[in-house]
Amino acid sequence: MDYSQFLAMKQELALLLVFLLVFLYDTFLPKKAQKGLPVFAIVLTLAATAAGFCCHCLGSACNTVAFAGMYETSPVIAAIKGILNVGAVIVLIQSIKWADSENMTMRRGEFYELLLVTLFGMYLMISARHFLLFLIGLESASLPLAAMVALDKNRYESHEAAVKYILTAVFSSAIFMLGLSFLYGLTGSLYFQNIYFALTANGSANLLLILSVAFVISGIGFKLSLVPFHLWTADVYQGAPTSVTSYLSVISKGATAFAFLVVLVQVFGSIYSSVWEWMLYALIILTITVGNLFAIRQRNMKRFLAFSSVSQAGYIMLGIIADNAMGMAAMMYYILVYIFSNLAAFGVIGAIENATGKVSMDNYNGLYKTNPRLSFAMMLAMFSLAGIPPFAGFFSKFFIFTGALNQGSVAIYVLVGIALLNTIISLYYYLLVVKAMFINDTETPLPTFRSSCSERLGLWITVAGVIGLGIVSWFYSSLLELAQVAPMNMYFIG
Amino acid sequence: MEITAIYYLVPALIMFCCGVYGFITRKNMIAMLISLELMLNAVDINFAVFNRFLWPGQLEGMFFTLFAIAIAAAETALAIAIIINIFRAAKNIDVRSLNEMKF
Repeated sequence: MDYSQFLAMKQELALLLVFLLVFLYDTFLPKKAQKGLPVFAIVLTLAATAAGFCCHCLGSACNTVAFAGMYETSPVIAAIKGILNVGAVIVLIQSIKWADSENMTMRRGEFYELLLVTLFGMYLMISARHFLLFLIGLESASLPLAAMVALDKNRYESHEAAVKYILTAVFSSAIFMLGLSFLYGLTGSLYFQNIYFALTANGSANLLLILSVAFVISGIGFKLSLVPFHLWTADVYQGAPTSVTSYLSVISKGATAFAFLVVLVQVFGSIYSSVWEWMLYALIILTITVGNLFAIRQRNMKRFLAFSSVSQAGYIMLGIIADNAMGMAAMMYYILVYIFSNLAAFGVIGAIENATGKVSMDNYNGLYKTNPRLSFAMMLAMFSLAGIPPFAGFFSKFFIFTGALNQGSVAIYVLVGIALLNTIISLYYYLLVVKAMFINDTETPLPTFRSSCSERLGLWITVAGVIGLGIVSWFYSSLLELAQVAPMNMYFIG
Repeated sequence: MEITAIYYLVPALIMFCCGVYGFITRKNMIAMLISLELMLNAVDINFAVFNRFLWPGQLEGMFFTLFAIAIAAAETALAIAIIINIFRAAKNIDVRSLNEMKF
C-alpha cells in the first residue's frame, strides 16, 4: 500500500491532530491549567485553518484522488473546508463564556472534543467519493452532535431535544441506507463514479431507481432540514445550548449542503431531468415557503432562527439547481455569508441569555435603550439575513438568484419568482425583531449589562464579516475563479 | 427447491416495514429504539443479499454491512445514554411526555 496518499488528507489530518492535542490537554493537565483549554482549542483550530489556506495558496492542494478513488480533494473542496473552519472558530470564540460557566466546567473538554469530531465527520462527508466513507462521515457528523445537544445536564429541554434529534437522525439514516442498498442492487457498486456510469448506461427511470433516489435525498434532506423532514429542527434548536445551536445551524448545514451537491451531481447527475428534477423543485418551494410561514408565529428567538434557517436552506438549494460555475460560487458565498450573519444573531442571543437568561422576543422590547450596541449588531444580522443592501446577505441572494436564472429554463424562472416573493415575506419577520428592539416601548426592558470580552470579540468579527463580505468584492470573485476551474464532474449538465 | 435472492429480500423488506410501523406506533422509547434497530438490520440483510446473489465478484456490500453494524451499535449506545438521562429527569420513558417544546 502506498502510504503517501495519506498526505492528500492534509486538512483532515491537521484537524485530527488538533483533536488529539485538545484531548490530551483535557485528560492529563491539572485542574488549574484547564482554564486555558478554550484558548488552546481556538488557537489550534485557527492554526489548522491557516495551514489549510496556505497549502491551498501554494497550489499543493490540487485535485488529488486517494484510496482508489474513495477520497477526493480539490481547490474548491479545500476552500469549503476552510470556510467551515472559520465558522467553527467563531463558534468556539462565542462559546467561551458558556464553557466557563459554573455547570459546564466539569464537561468543558467534551464540548471541544465532540465539536472537532463532528467537524472531522463533515470533512469526510464532503471529500468522500464512496458511499461507505460518506456514511461514516455522515454518522460521525451527526452522532456526536446529539451528545452535544444533551450537554446542558441541568436543563430538561436539552435532554428532550437530544432524544428528538437522535431518534429522527437514526430513522433518517436507516431510510438513507435502504436507498443505498437498492442503489447497490441496481448498479453493483458504491463508488460515486461507478454508480454514475452504470446509471448513464442504463438510465431508464424505473420505480426502484426513483425510490432509491428519493430515499437518499430524504436521508440527506433530514440533515439539511429541508421541509418534509424539518420537524426536528425547531425543537432541537430551542432545547440545545445556544452555542451548540449556532454550530448546528451554520456549520452542520453548510457542510451538508455541499455534500448534497456532490452526491446529486456525481452520483445522480445523468438522471437529473428524468428522475429528481421535480423532487428538487418541490423540496425548494416547500422549504422556503413553509420555513417562512412558520417563522412568522415564533416568539422564542432560537425557534425563530430555526425556521429562518430552514428557509435559508431552501435558498442554498437554489445554488445546487443552478448547476453552473456561478451557482457553485454563489452557493459557497451564500454559506460563508450565512455563517457570519447567523453567528452574529446567535452571538447576541447567547450574550443576552448568558447575562439574563431570557430568549423570548418579547424580552427584546426596548433593548435599544439599554444595550444599544447589542441591538445594533442584531439589526445588522437581521438586515443581512433578510437581504437588505449593502450588507452581505443582499449580494449572496442576488448572486444565487442570478446563478439559477442563468440556467434559463421556464421552470427555473417560476422557481426564482417564488423565492423572490418569499424574500418579501421573510423581510416581515426579520424586521419584527428590529421593531421589537428599536420601536416597541416597554416599562421593563432588559437591564444594561456588559457582555464578556470573548462575546464582544465574536460579535466584532461577525459584524465585520457581514459588512466586509458585502462591500469587498474580492471574496466572491475569488470563489468564482475557484468554481470555474473546478473539474467538469461538479456539474450535471454538459 | 432453490433458495433465490427473493427469499431473503422479502423478509428483509417486511422487517423494515415492521420497524417503521413500530417506530411510529410505539410509545416506549426503548421499543422505538428496537424498531430502529430492526430497520437498520433489514438494510444490512439487503446489502449482504445483493452482494451474494447479484454482484458476487467483490465484497463491497459485505463490508458495508460490517461497518453499518458498527455504526448501528454506536447509535444505539448513544440513544440509550440519552434515554437514561431523560429517565433521570422525568422518571419515565414515555415518548408522549416529551411535550415541553412544540410547534
